[in-house]
Amino acid sequence: MLKGHQTWVFESKPAIIGSAAIGGPFEAKGNLAADFDLLHGDIWLGQDSFEKAEQKLQEQACETAIKKANMKKEDVQFLFSGDLINQIRPSSFSARTLSVPYFGLYGACSTSMEGLSLASLVVDSQFAQNALVCVSSHNAASEKQFRYPTEYGSQKPPTAQWTVTGAGAALVSSKGDGPRVTAATIGRVIDMGLTDPFNMGSAMAPAAVDTIEAHFRDLGRDPGYYDVITTGDLGRVGHRIAGDLLQKHGLDIPEEIFTDCGVLIYKQDQPIVMAGGSGCGCCAVTTFGHFLNRMRKGELRRILVIATGALLSPMSFQQKESIPCIAHAVSIEI
Amino acid sequence: MSSKKKKKLTPAQQEYQKFAQEREPKRPILFNCVKAFFVGGFICMLGQILQMFFVTYFHFSQEAAANPATAVLIIVTVLLTGIGVFDHIAQFAGAGTVIPITGFANTIASAAIEHRSEGYVLGVGGNMFKLAGPVIVYGVFSSFVVALVIISLRALGVM
Amino acid sequence: MDKLIWAFIIGGLICVIGQLLLDGLKLTPAHTTVTLVVVGAILGGLGLYDPLVKFAGAGASVPISSFGNSLVKGALDEYAAVGPIGVLTGIFQITSGGISSAIIFGFLGALIFKPKG
Repeated sequence: MLKGHQTWVFESKPAIIGSAAIGGPFEAKGNLAADFDLLHGDIWLGQDSFEKAEQKLQEQACETAIKKANMKKEDVQFLFSGDLINQIRPSSFSARTLSVPYFGLYGACSTSMEGLSLASLVVDSQFAQNALVCVSSHNAASEKQFRYPTEYGSQKPPTAQWTVTGAGAALVSSKGDGPRVTAATIGRVIDMGLTDPFNMGSAMAPAAVDTIEAHFRDLGRDPGYYDVITTGDLGRVGHRIAGDLLQKHGLDIPEEIFTDCGVLIYKQDQPIVMAGGSGCGCCAVTTFGHFLNRMRKGELRRILVIATGALLSPMSFQQKESIPCIAHAVSIEI
Repeated sequence: MSSKKKKKLTPAQQEYQKFAQEREPKRPILFNCVKAFFVGGFICMLGQILQMFFVTYFHFSQEAAANPATAVLIIVTVLLTGIGVFDHIAQFAGAGTVIPITGFANTIASAAIEHRSEGYVLGVGGNMFKLAGPVIVYGVFSSFVVALVIISLRALGVM
Repeated sequence: MDKLIWAFIIGGLICVIGQLLLDGLKLTPAHTTVTLVVVGAILGGLGLYDPLVKFAGAGASVPISSFGNSLVKGALDEYAAVGPIGVLTGIFQITSGGISSAIIFGFLGALIFKPKG
């Protein structure tokens, strides 16, 4: 059901009956290592290209989530997946392996919540019993496509972020138990004219703020309703800017509950990660791994996840375009 | 050029950019310059030692010795790039590794190695100059223009 | 000994100029190296780069600016030897070694190494 201008309320409260988080070596050394189902020692996963490795990450995440839900892939009606690579190739090729009717999505790093919103929509509206969402990113594949070859010697500034090598998957169902998706606020594209691809946090913060405000406005809620409000990958820089911007707009989110997946996933002193994690996989593995685990343990009752994406392309930057961004928010309650 | 860009921004965008800039960590310019100075200086000193080595033991002339010295630096860069160490040194040194010939060699080596997965002809061959291209194109073109200008000035008796 | 110290200092200073372009003007590494190559070509044409090489040795010949200088020198030397066509045929004369080495060893590198990520 539509509430307000851009928010869906899922009356039947579809449950996430199984979820999985797969990660790589950097994630293994991070803060949330214990919440991963599988951690790989290198970024190749036994494949001969980074792109094929990312496809493998998605396949593993999907298969693990389905298994943990005690289901078979034949029970899944639809797959919603996406990633950062050109033509969302890892997702499409992974969908080929899974043979589930497939919707390919591109929302940059906001794809995890875009996917979760759509999966919940089809289940809530009884157009599916089980819908799977899977989202991934791969550090080397993204650097190769968006920035520089991985062995290239450029000096990253302190605002740069480290793309997570990982895939997160969640199986949404009309039957069964688990953390429930209760509402989703779909974001619109916001562009504040920023152009630096090494400073995504500053570019994405306004989009996160816009969607967060829309969410509370549409539902008539208070930030205090939630135990945790987390953005996807604003990183330390973007998270701070978003917090200050929200305050400036009169929406006060208490420090203790406001966090960011990119800030949480890596340790403060991990080398090279600079301002924190980023990539579709960042929000996906942190939400479908860490946060859902905490909810299942009873530590959290209601969370709001705002996945943030920067919609630039390597060519848009060369054509002197700025970076338009988007954020989608999903509330999960148990 | 940056003010031209700012004029195309709305007041709200300009205000936000100022807001964001105040909250961003600044690049440690001074510290980066010091690191660049020492690493860059060291690499050049290494080049000088190599040149002196080739003059003494292989009887190259002073001028000609620059060639094998450059080749050695290039080989070392390719090795360091291949074993995955060069990018870590570069994160520390910044311009200290970009500006010497090591930077040029690294752009070629890293692009070539990266695109192996697309095959040796289109992948390696087609992408090798992805990052080195600008230096070669602008080096050649500017030299062409400068040479013409100098030749003309000399012909006119100005130089 | 003297030569080593000046190579270190001048090479270091040229790198500092590069760092200021990278951090101060926020140019990309490609734009920075292109700027220095063009500056090297201009100084080379004016006859100002060679004295720097004589003084600082590798401190001036290792940075990418020397690439621009060598390209111009090649063009002008060949012009003096064979006339106008020399401007085209002479450009890569001096730098041929550097470019060939980079291609050859870069390709060998791609045969031997896999990217580490």
